[in-house]
Amino acid sequence: MELTRRNMLAISSGALVASGLGAIPAFAATAEDMIAEFTGGAAVGEGELSLTAPEIAENGNTVPIEVSAPGAVAVAIYADGNPTPAVATVKFGKLNPSNTVSTRIRLAGTQNVVAVAQMEDGSFQQASAAVKVTIGGCGG
Amino acid sequence: MNKLKLLTSAMAFSAAAGLSGGAFADPDEDQLTINGEIEIVTETAAPEHLEYVDTIYSGWRFRSDETQAVQMDDFDNPGMIFVEAAMETWDTVEGTEGKSCASCHNDVETMAGVRAVYPKYVEAAGEVRTLEHQINGCREERMGAEPYKYTSGDMVAMVGLISMVSRGLPVNVQIDGPAQSTWEKGKEIYYTRYGQLELSCANCHEDNYGNMIRADHLSQGQINGFPTYRLKNTKLNSVHARFKGCVRDTMAHTFKPGGPEFTALELYVASRGNGLSVEGPSVRN
Amino acid sequence: MAKGVKPRVKVPKSASAGEAITIKTLISHKMESGQRKDDDGNVIPRSIINRFTCDFNGENVIDVTLEPAISTNPYFQFDATVPEAGDFKFTWYDDDGSVYEETKSIAVG
Repeated sequence: MELTRRNMLAISSGALVASGLGAIPAFAATAEDMIAEFTGGAAVGEGELSLTAPEIAENGNTVPIEVSAPGAVAVAIYADGNPTPAVATVKFGKLNPSNTVSTRIRLAGTQNVVAVAQMEDGSFQQASAAVKVTIGGCGG
Repeated sequence: MNKLKLLTSAMAFSAAAGLSGGAFADPDEDQLTINGEIEIVTETAAPEHLEYVDTIYSGWRFRSDETQAVQMDDFDNPGMIFVEAAMETWDTVEGTEGKSCASCHNDVETMAGVRAVYPKYVEAAGEVRTLEHQINGCREERMGAEPYKYTSGDMVAMVGLISMVSRGLPVNVQIDGPAQSTWEKGKEIYYTRYGQLELSCANCHEDNYGNMIRADHLSQGQINGFPTYRLKNTKLNSVHARFKGCVRDTMAHTFKPGGPEFTALELYVASRGNGLSVEGPSVRN
Repeated sequence: MAKGVKPRVKVPKSASAGEAITIKTLISHKMESGQRKDDDGNVIPRSIINRFTCDFNGENVIDVTLEPAISTNPYFQFDATVPEAGDFKFTWYDDDGSVYEETKSIAVG
């Protein structure tokens, strides 16, 4: 779907937080701070780390995500528009063959979900996904 | 797609028009099989009594792939948490008569097919009863136990359990004979505009299914999937609680859950889904 | 112990030695975020599962720190290597100090 101004209005009116794509989420700085703390300020690159999330979530209460982090020892997940951006930190043990984990998370509106992986060699990788969160026209 | 838009209160729809198209239109083409073994009919020819709809669809077909997936495996379906609790209740003795559900009905599997035919006219009661009414009838008359509140967690969980053992069977409520007058009353309610927004059930769920009501993809309002675990409130929701929410959203005083109006409406709405599979406990947004 | 908390896990009954299997876990828990207010405007205190671990014969598979942004009834799906027959041990840690455990045996054949 092309993001016309009209569409954006429709999306925003249906979202908890009216921060569409391109807008600066109100809590972005906090997520950045937390990522910097996790990485110790090290450079963050890209790699095999992947984050799968729906482009549009029907309800922000339960948004399914999957993180796959081959070669990582741990991965931290953040939601940059949530009041508290931390979502989860996952450490992978010796008996974890794929370093893949799926879970369901809460998003307080349209925002970016960010995964940061700490690799076995001490380097860091990052992946993110923009999720539009809608609320129905019917509270029902 | 453009269905009738004879709405006097079309404000809500017009705002969403920009989202229509692409993934947000007609029901999708996905097929529902639960646990890889229970085939669910989510699309079939409309029952003969429907004048304005040719094909009926389960609400499952209007949900996103992510929401759909949660219902495809009982382990993933959080509604089953409540059903599991009801399984324990099934075998638990309550009330003055020293009986549990199992004392009379044995294994819950013996209830297969029951969900599919309710609401129905009950001879002994001389009226159309819902499954909830029957559960409370058992509790009060056979068990000597306190009745559940109509839309309480205990009640909706028990309805969820009894629905689960009918999954895959076709909804088949009787609309003629002694049920006919109640059915006609329900039909009248379905087509009556209520509230400050002057909306009838039909305005959204017959005239505009497939369209967006703001950010919500309107379904046909079928109830074959009830009780429904909603992502919105993370619990099982009963038919009458959902009716109440809908009517409230028209800015009207609602009818009482368990009362004669919603019972009639439930029979009518259930009959609009005759032919779809029982699906409860389903998962919706 | 918080009311109505019940862990559930889905593990295959058997695997071949060295096989990677998929595990699903779900625990019924309201995951009160600490962000909500009651009808009187008072903040409802945070009450969540804050950690989940899975070990096999004492060796770790996954160790998750959960924050309030994890949904009601926390759900995790992940993979595990099964080097030999033994027991998967699952542990959930509640803010209120409760610890919920579940064990599942798996045969190798």
